Amino acid sequence: MNYNFQTAADLLSICGSEKLSLAEVMIRREMAMDERSREDIYCEMQINLDTMRNSIEKGLEGEVRSVTGLSGNDAKKLFDNRDKAHMGVHMAEIIASSMAVVEVNAAMGKIVAAPTAGASGILPAVLIVCGKERGWGDEKLIEGLFAAGAVGMLIASNATIAGAAGGCQAETGTGAAMAAASLVELSGGTPQASLHAAAIAIKNVLGLVCDPVAGLVECPCIKRNAIGAANAIVAADLALAGITSMIPFDECVMAMKSVGRTMHSDFKETARGGLAATPTAKRITRELGLTEADG
Amino acid sequence: MSNLSAFDIIGPRMIGPSSSHTAGAARLGYMAWKLAGKNVEHAEITLYGSFARTGRGHGTDKALAAGVLGLEPDDERLRYAMLLTQEAGVDVSIVFSDEEVDHPNTARIKITDSKGTVTDVVGVSIGGGNIMITRINGLEVKFYAEYPTLIIRQKDVPGVINSVTSILAKEKVNVAFMRVFRSAKSMDAYMIIETDTPVSERTKQLIFDWCPEITEVRSV
Repeated sequence: MNYNFQTAADLLSICGSEKLSLAEVMIRREMAMDERSREDIYCEMQINLDTMRNSIEKGLEGEVRSVTGLSGNDAKKLFDNRDKAHMGVHMAEIIASSMAVVEVNAAMGKIVAAPTAGASGILPAVLIVCGKERGWGDEKLIEGLFAAGAVGMLIASNATIAGAAGGCQAETGTGAAMAAASLVELSGGTPQASLHAAAIAIKNVLGLVCDPVAGLVECPCIKRNAIGAANAIVAADLALAGITSMIPFDECVMAMKSVGRTMHSDFKETARGGLAATPTAKRITRELGLTEADG
Repeated sequence: MSNLSAFDIIGPRMIGPSSSHTAGAARLGYMAWKLAGKNVEHAEITLYGSFARTGRGHGTDKALAAGVLGLEPDDERLRYAMLLTQEAGVDVSIVFSDEEVDHPNTARIKITDSKGTVTDVVGVSIGGGNIMITRINGLEVKFYAEYPTLIIRQKDVPGVINSVTSILAKEKVNVAFMRVFRSAKSMDAYMIIETDTPVSERTKQLIFDWCPEITEVRSV
């Protein structure tokens, strides 16, 4: 059996004919591709899961300051205020966790790119916090990471996951699509429902630009991870309720690709457009002694 | 068909904030350290292009310095690299250059070891924490250091490649990819051999001893 796939349609057809989850197809593909044992790839993913968990804990403890001093400790502020949050304690914990990871990243701490460093908060926050609440063990969470990997791989190979090529939609959009699909699968949804969730997450942020202030992975990246995690939860809950995406996943990815292609280069990580071009951003850039308009 | 692995998407595990400007830079420094043979006495690091313009904010300078000390790219001590160089008694100088270069994320790392031997490495960070080494001691090369890699400097004469590959065959080392780079006919050349398994120090010594035309055997 060949477990390789190029589109979501291929992936769903393998899932359907073999009665497999997204995670299981991705795991078998991984085993075949690199001639590795199941234990071996589970072990490596366990290290990623542990690293993700550590980065959340570290960020929520506080005392996290970025290299430039521009960001840090906002995750802890939200976490400490979670009992009063309109979004509810559980959601506030997810959002705070997503910000925690990206704050740790900005402080030169250790993270797992998922799919990139700039979008590294969404997937761990959604899986680990929801897993804690539902009592999911590590083995299940590791499978969730493989399911997420399948969706990320589809976007990376059919469009892009780089902000420099496709804007923020490609980074936090992909992170949210991966997290949404994975959460649906772990919650007992079908592979079809998972891909509807991923499609919805992409649609919600289509066109989002990558406009980092001073070219740094801080503003607006940390808060974009917050909204990315919220996007993932909304998309997953819609799909779990049986709501479908009118536009199929593969076509959403093509749309993301074409939007990314036509997006002006000022909005693709060059720090020349959007928020990066505001007077405040320019002042911050000068004060940090960094050169404006890189790239 | 895509050959991206799940670990290309969920990974790498890295020190932030940027996969290209921090993780890639850390890997470049680390590979230069491996190429230099590890006993670093002083290092001169030059950042070009985007590395030079935004490097300070991304910790690119610290990441390169950490690599030169032999810290792996996901070592959490990376952000204290400057302090660690002082502790280790390694003299590291950092230059932010405005010289034009082909690739925006380029670094040059010139290492002098305890015996006074100089290893001058130029490399680029190509995204996602991946790198490409483009120059060693003035000679152009091209390799990604994703596999265990042998870097052999030799005189460009017939028979050298055959000698090296027969030793590897006897030592049961399988060659994945192989390339030869030279400055001019009959002059210095580099043989870059990527292998499935790491090459032992003993095998490296065998290669060096058996072929008089070979002047250096390095590995990463």
